[in-house]
Amino acid sequence: MSVHEAAHGHMEIPFTVEARPDTGLYNGKLGVWLFLASEVMLFGALFSSLILIRTGAAEWPKGWEELHVIPATINTFVLIASSVFVVMAWANLRLRNLKVARMWIAATLLCGFAFMGIKAYEYSLSFQHHHFPKTSNFFAIYFTMTGLHGLHVLGGMVVFGYFLTKGWSMAETEPKRFTNRIEIVGLYWHFVDLVWIFLFPTLYLL
Amino acid sequence: MAQKRQVRVGSQWMYARDAEKALGEALRVMKEEEGHGHHESFVTKYLFSQDHKWIGVQYGFTALCFLLFGFFLMIMMRLQLGWPNQPFAVIKWFFHGTGTMLPEQYNQLGAMHGTIMVFLAIVPLAVGAFGNYVVPLQIGAPDMAFPKLNMASYWCYLPGGIIMLLSIFLLGQQGGAAQSGWTSYPPLSVIASQGQTWWLVGMIFLITSSLLGSVNFIVTIIQLRAKGMTWDRLPFFVWAQFVTSFLLLLAFPPLEAAGVLQLMDRVAGTSFFLPSGLVVSGEVLKNAGGGNPLLWQHLFWFLAHPEVYVLILPAMGIVAEVIANNTRKSLWGYRSMVGATVFLGFMSFVVWAHHMFMTGMGTVISAFFQTTTMIISIPSVIILSALFITLWGASIRFTTPMLFALAFLPMFGIGGLTGLPLGLATTDIHLHDTYYVIGHFHYVVAPGTIFAMFAGIYYWFPKVTGRKLNDTLGRIHFWGSFVCINGIFMPMFYQGLAGVSRRLFDGGLQYAHAKAAAAATNPFMSQAAIGLFIFQLPFIYNFFKSIWWGERVGANPWQATTLEWAAAASPPIGHGNFAVPPVVRRGPYEYSIPGAATDFLTQIDEDGGPALPAPAVAPPHAPVVA
Repeated sequence: MSVHEAAHGHMEIPFTVEARPDTGLYNGKLGVWLFLASEVMLFGALFSSLILIRTGAAEWPKGWEELHVIPATINTFVLIASSVFVVMAWANLRLRNLKVARMWIAATLLCGFAFMGIKAYEYSLSFQHHHFPKTSNFFAIYFTMTGLHGLHVLGGMVVFGYFLTKGWSMAETEPKRFTNRIEIVGLYWHFVDLVWIFLFPTLYLL
Repeated sequence: MAQKRQVRVGSQWMYARDAEKALGEALRVMKEEEGHGHHESFVTKYLFSQDHKWIGVQYGFTALCFLLFGFFLMIMMRLQLGWPNQPFAVIKWFFHGTGTMLPEQYNQLGAMHGTIMVFLAIVPLAVGAFGNYVVPLQIGAPDMAFPKLNMASYWCYLPGGIIMLLSIFLLGQQGGAAQSGWTSYPPLSVIASQGQTWWLVGMIFLITSSLLGSVNFIVTIIQLRAKGMTWDRLPFFVWAQFVTSFLLLLAFPPLEAAGVLQLMDRVAGTSFFLPSGLVVSGEVLKNAGGGNPLLWQHLFWFLAHPEVYVLILPAMGIVAEVIANNTRKSLWGYRSMVGATVFLGFMSFVVWAHHMFMTGMGTVISAFFQTTTMIISIPSVIILSALFITLWGASIRFTTPMLFALAFLPMFGIGGLTGLPLGLATTDIHLHDTYYVIGHFHYVVAPGTIFAMFAGIYYWFPKVTGRKLNDTLGRIHFWGSFVCINGIFMPMFYQGLAGVSRRLFDGGLQYAHAKAAAAATNPFMSQAAIGLFIFQLPFIYNFFKSIWWGERVGANPWQATTLEWAAAASPPIGHGNFAVPPVVRRGPYEYSIPGAATDFLTQIDEDGGPALPAPAVAPPHAPVVA
């Protein structure tokens, strides 16, 4: 920005939309990668706790006998599908097919609802069998980790819901910035998906 | 062309036409700030500000209040230790009791003193205040990369702090505030009274705040560096904040996980940290069991050891800036210092279990962590040695910030060296859990980090307010604090070597082996603590008086080289910081370059430097621009 420009307004924060040439990143993208690094540490600590408690336990229940594998398997495919959908949304935004992109965002959000619905059904089955967090360390870690993961899914759904409704106008006024936003939430969504991909075999199948 | 006529503004050469425009812009902003054309409401400007400078001020003021409050809690503890079981009016006022301190009250004070000092005072001051205010200015950025996140970070920190405070004042009937120490070891913390739940909720707010802050710092430093501000031209302070942010980013989440697990244990009745068959008050606890108390310690110290470096790295950064400026020399071994800082950051993730030598982890694991602990002392020694060597042969300006920075060096040295016997598993058997440990880490954090914070306050106060803190009051503050703080902590080494446990609420009266050593030193140490309190009064008075009535100074009163002094006004203009985007042409510490007209070349100076001699003290108002 030259002095001439400065005289017309204060200095703006650079690289909010365009990438910085030497790093190849715009600010938000670097920010979300760093946030995901911290999320890896959060879930990493929980997985480590699970390993420590499980290896120290005299006996450990078999996940497939205590939990409900079929709804969880369906949920796995729901989340994987939603990860594909969010990429389709992003790709169509880049191609400026706004209407199609909006449909894919809606599909992603629907998958989120489906996942949470099935998860609630699973929880209610567990409660019917009088399985609560305090029942055993197995259920304690199951409810804590899937609960925390569910909160992450919910967070993603709130963001998708915003982009679909109030936040949508930016797709028409600032398409590049909006595409970036979908890329960022998409990265987060992939991560949430990935956590489930680890949670599912660890809790249900091993 | 007539446009080629150049003028010197501050320490930068500009085309006259450009200077005129920039000055116009600066005057416009100034007028706006003085309330003429102002378009921001009180709420968005002062309460929910998104400007990194004001957020820095918010952080700084809040953190200083918590620092004073944490100190006040410690004064009450020292009264009890110095004169055990004597009634005091201040204790009566605080606890609404008889004035004699009860053991559980002492435990609350201990837990809250530690928590408040670490998480609510020093880290927010070092990172939230200094980092927020100075880093964007030093790298030539208009603001932080994410101003809204920055605001959210402060507004997570404040509720976290308020929750901690409320737990002290509201839970009198429910067992009071958390009393399991700042480390909150289970199983005690899980079966403790309600205050511990508040502590956990407060911590989750504070962790969220630091996560938002650290992402913001890293992105800002990577993305928003001004033109020419390459990595080897970054001031050391920025490097220190950069590594600190990575520590916060990666070390805090495991504590968040641990906090969630402990919250589940307390609220949902799980047994993550409760072993089977735990007996409480003569009865076996009815819980699922099978948990592991050591798991908490691992998760906690995985954060809390890097946290030690979060406390010390920004302090080293401040001291480096002040020392380079007041020795009028380039930092000796800048690259080694940066390398050591990065290495320190990596190593800090693999030393945590040296806090757990006595838990029966086994000799192999102890040997591993003892080795990494010895290795991590090397980069600290490199940084400290480089700072000492920088002093060599310098004609030192003994300004108030420099006094605090100079005191930091030996004080941190004592703190660091006394840590070595604790890092060796064998000597730790004798020393662990004694006053020696308290002496060791307080030397690192109190006359170490807090003195560096004071150096930073005296150094950057003119940048924030445009006025200087009074030097005479500053010297009284420094010398009084320096003497008193050593009076508190030096005898702790003696007490610890004599075997006095750190957990005795009556200062050791009931223990035959501790009684003599404790009785000989405790009253003196408590007097020194009261003295330290008294010597903070000149600072508090000076601070508030100088905000409004301090001596006015120009943009660069210290004749410093880094961008916040060289390219910005004091205080910098509102949103955007710089009227002209600075272009960086040289390294951060080019002092006393042979052949140059002045004894310093700022980072924006052209090669050969300013041809005109720099004014000794810049006239007030003049360098509003660049």
